[in-house]
Amino acid sequence: MAAISKSLGTVVTVPLAWLARIIDYPLRWWQIRTGQGGMAAVFLFPNLAIFGVFVIVPLVLNFLYSTTSGTDIFLPDRTFVGLDQYQRLLSCDDYTRRITCREDQFWTAAGNTLAFVIFQVATMVAVSLITALILNRNIAGRGFFRAVFFFPVLLSPVVVGLIWRWILQRQGLLNLIMVNLGMEPEVWLNDRAYAFTATIGVSVWAHMGFYTLILLAGLQAIPKDLYEAADMDGTPPARVFWRITLPLLGPNLAVVLVLALIKGVQIFDEVYVLTGGGPGTSTLYLTQYIYEVGFASILRNPGLAAAASILMGLVLVVLTLIQLWLSGRKEKAGKR
Amino acid sequence: MSRVSQFIFRRRGGSGWHWTDIVTWVWLIGGTILMFGPALWLVSSSLKGPAQLAEFPPTLLPYTQITMPVEGFDNPLPLYTVTNEDGTTEVLAEIRRVGTNAQMVDPDAPEDRINVNIANREPLREIGFATDNYVQPLVTNDFLRFLWNSVFVTTMATLITLLTNSMAAFALSKYDFRGRDAVMLIIVGTLMVPLSVILVPLYSVVSATGLLNSLWGVILPTVATPTGVFLLRQYMLTIPDELLEAARMDHASEWQIYWRIVLPLAAPALAVLAIFSVVWRWNDFLWPLIVLSQRETYTLQVGLNTYAGELNVQWHYILAMTVVTMIPVVIVFIFLQRFITTGIAGAGIK
Repeated sequence: MAAISKSLGTVVTVPLAWLARIIDYPLRWWQIRTGQGGMAAVFLFPNLAIFGVFVIVPLVLNFLYSTTSGTDIFLPDRTFVGLDQYQRLLSCDDYTRRITCREDQFWTAAGNTLAFVIFQVATMVAVSLITALILNRNIAGRGFFRAVFFFPVLLSPVVVGLIWRWILQRQGLLNLIMVNLGMEPEVWLNDRAYAFTATIGVSVWAHMGFYTLILLAGLQAIPKDLYEAADMDGTPPARVFWRITLPLLGPNLAVVLVLALIKGVQIFDEVYVLTGGGPGTSTLYLTQYIYEVGFASILRNPGLAAAASILMGLVLVVLTLIQLWLSGRKEKAGKR
Repeated sequence: MSRVSQFIFRRRGGSGWHWTDIVTWVWLIGGTILMFGPALWLVSSSLKGPAQLAEFPPTLLPYTQITMPVEGFDNPLPLYTVTNEDGTTEVLAEIRRVGTNAQMVDPDAPEDRINVNIANREPLREIGFATDNYVQPLVTNDFLRFLWNSVFVTTMATLITLLTNSMAAFALSKYDFRGRDAVMLIIVGTLMVPLSVILVPLYSVVSATGLLNSLWGVILPTVATPTGVFLLRQYMLTIPDELLEAARMDHASEWQIYWRIVLPLAAPALAVLAIFSVVWRWNDFLWPLIVLSQRETYTLQVGLNTYAGELNVQWHYILAMTVVTMIPVVIVFIFLQRFITTGIAGAGIK
């Protein structure tokens, strides 16, 4: 095994070393001519070029797209319409009734996303907190259990979606359990409420391990002598939790909350595979709306999709700023 | 033995089970079943044949029906346990099924054909694996192609990520030049630009550069990760500048300093980024779904989604290919497990 990996290593590294040596000659010449500043440019160039073309340029173009209409994808072919796309997204005859909106699918997706985020983030924080508290206890096999909860985090969203679609289908594992408990089997993903609950449950299942790790790191950073002092004073455990653990874990909890919000707003992959947005539009979330308007539907409208993605981006920017502010505060608190 | 059990059942403080101990163990054992159970159920299901997958209630383990060569018949016949009217049972082989009746023979006396109501027969089965589920999609469907595409995308994207990110991180951590802070600001500022926000313009950029339906169209937009640059830069800051100065005294070029000194020293951070990158790129779904519209360019994730979205889903193939898709990640998990348990991953995220 070791021999194989060693020879495999040579196969990769020897050509790379040769390549690096060949590159060295022109770079040496460049270094003599331009000095360190020129070399800095060389080192930065590949990353910044790729980054610029595939992140910065699209970021700017997005605003232009959102002010144009048509089905063509190239900007010069498109007609400028000002803020019409935004107006189309946001205008309703009667804001209390979704059906009167011009783009009622958008409002459905936004409403679904809001409901999803509220329930999912609350469940996520609660479950991760309980798991972190339990994993922080002095128990046998702690290392093993820590890894257990991290396992689904690594799985691909498509695999997660398919695993659960298979469990929730008519002849699936959940129905087997239901029947054994003497209850009626259901076609879970054909029911609006069950499907919505399933998207929440599955996404919590898939991502809770990540947030548990952040909270666990926070719990371990709490000085042990605080607990010893509380123990000596005979403080009841509930009081210790409310007065020591929770306040000191506060910054971590806040970061988890905002991170989960940011991820929750963008939910797509596993839900798309699990329910495809259905039944009806009961699990249609914002990213799927953008994807379908921009690419998948026959009447595709890239301008409308761009406008919707900018509106979603604004929400994310606000959340990210809160997160940066929180982690800045956390760093300061750590230094004190 | 008693010391082992004492260790395993270590409790909070004194004697007796506190209620928190019970909650802890219920949570942990329930959690373990819930976290691994679905994946194990997937693996078990992926080894069942199509007929068995359609059964309800499903069995926990995969079974195959026992077949037996019978004199006078070309193919081996499936065996059934048949319950006679008087309550006795016997093992018979089925020739064919006609409506609710099955024509069967006794394997020892193949001359007499017996008609049996199908309600009175049970397939005779043993634990066995339908390995065909794995072989068929790889050989006759396009899954070998998808697998190769996924491997190509993951390897290339990871190599380019490591190279370009480490070069940028080197410049940002070891050089003092005008505009460095501006570059850092851009990188940190875009740390959180999610793909879903720039889908439309990114698609137009990729199609303008002629990368639609090309694996490079999947690879390139993902490789310049701000996360990677940030992670490597933070690590490279801890490499002492004296080492670099000493190398400069010996007339090493800047490229040599990067390649022969900084890169080897940054190996731990590079390893972390490599693991992240492999998992990210292997699992990517939304972007490949948009860029790749021709079947021969699909990655495993897109291919799986396409086959699972068909009107008549061939679950026996889908499940097996889902297991194949899961394998690299399981390997990474086994490697990572040690990091997670020692808390390094937790510290790294913080």
